[in-house]
Amino acid sequence: MQRFPCPHCGPRDEIEFHYAADAGKTRPGRQSSPEDWARYRFMRKNTKGTARELWQHAGGCGQWICIERDTVSHAVIGSEALGS
Amino acid sequence: MTRYSAWKLLEQGLAGQTGWTPAWRMPVPKPSYDVVIVGGGGHGLSAAYYLAERYGIRNVAVVEKGWLGGGNTGRNTTVIRSNYYYPESARLYDLSVRLYEGLSRELNYNIMLSQRGMLEIAHSPAELELYARMVNAMRINGIDMELLDPQDVRKLVPILNPDEDIRYPNCGGMFQPRAGIARHDAVAWGYARAADQRGVDLIQSCEVTGVSMAGGRVTGVETTRGAIGAGRVGLALAGNTTPIASMVGLELPLQSYTLQAMVSEPLKPCLHTVVASLGIGVYLSQSDKGELVMGGGLDRAPSYTQRGNLPMTQNIISGLLELFPCFESLKVMRQWGGIVDVSPDSSPILGPTPVDGLFINCGWGTGGFKAIPAGGLMLAHALATGEHHELSKPFDYDRFARARLVDEAAGAGIAH
Repeated sequence: MQRFPCPHCGPRDEIEFHYAADAGKTRPGRQSSPEDWARYRFMRKNTKGTARELWQHAGGCGQWICIERDTVSHAVIGSEALGS
Repeated sequence: MTRYSAWKLLEQGLAGQTGWTPAWRMPVPKPSYDVVIVGGGGHGLSAAYYLAERYGIRNVAVVEKGWLGGGNTGRNTTVIRSNYYYPESARLYDLSVRLYEGLSRELNYNIMLSQRGMLEIAHSPAELELYARMVNAMRINGIDMELLDPQDVRKLVPILNPDEDIRYPNCGGMFQPRAGIARHDAVAWGYARAADQRGVDLIQSCEVTGVSMAGGRVTGVETTRGAIGAGRVGLALAGNTTPIASMVGLELPLQSYTLQAMVSEPLKPCLHTVVASLGIGVYLSQSDKGELVMGGGLDRAPSYTQRGNLPMTQNIISGLLELFPCFESLKVMRQWGGIVDVSPDSSPILGPTPVDGLFINCGWGTGGFKAIPAGGLMLAHALATGEHHELSKPFDYDRFARARLVDEAAGAGIAH
């Protein structure tokens, strides 16, 4: 079992965390084209290597956090609270 | 090239197996081809075969970074089925089953297709009602589906947990008799040999490091074995599609995950059909060697690693023991993972792309093996004509911007 660092609770078992999405996506404006909406809604960076991801510490404090993680080695590089 | 037959087997047996020839050549890449297919798994090899056989395009290369069929084609759980909900999917996947049915003869290579059927067990009356709706829809689409009551399920799988006061009891199920399993390596090797016989160059240990463009059009690939020019390029890369597509700026709605599987030690024949449980998230079949071949859902986070992570392994094994307590002292022999490309609607993305000269076959997610013949044929058609096959039109890249999804994530009643 891998341990992930929660910026609020410290290291916890990986099964307490729920993966949500790529970090850093910006919601397009209301007048945006269907292509821009599709890009926001469906397209993924799908990074091979170091990725920044949104996770929720669902089985712990419930907070949404950003985790930096290597998608090839699964090593967790770091985590931070959203807005920090 | 040796044609395989019972007579040849006898002759070689008497000759001490000394007269077999290699099943395919090991060619040096030519400077250019009419078509280059990236990815030497089932989909890439079948696309090459159909290009040569049905479309007469034989100046074709398949480039593969490892060895033929060494990715997901050699790592899946070999299930073949067409029990999909939407008409578009039913047409595509049932074409695949029909092509599989004639494949051993067509390729002169025994893929060991065993149409032993696939059962999905319902664990509540409500789930069985949902199955009734799905079975009816699939039958309208021409798929051979049957709704089973708990007694039918018991007859089909006598070793299933018989208790009624458990969390996931047997409440009936749905069954596709034409579903089954095949020898996955043989599918790759059969297509490879047949494509090679028709002049296709299969180039292994050849990793693509770049895609060449000129005048806004793809003109070839750069590889670890030099630059190879191409009139058209096809991608059949499953979980590794995004890194290659991003070389030409093509964005894709794919997320790569590890899908894991495992096999037990061999047993005497005890399971005569493929069994799946959506409620528990596990499915299994028994191989001809007697091993139980088991799988479950995706691992919990995006990954490019060909090994499964422990929480999902525990899920799969605990689910298996819920269904079959009789397997509790069975040992797991091997466990592994493959990288699958999951699309937002759990349907494939096929055909031409916004990049001129580039064609894709991706997004099969956890179900690529069953689709190898149809997926290869769709890619071959696109590479030969520049346009969609009639059956691949609904699976175009532009369906996301048009919000015309083929949402099998919910429809097929199978975890994707």
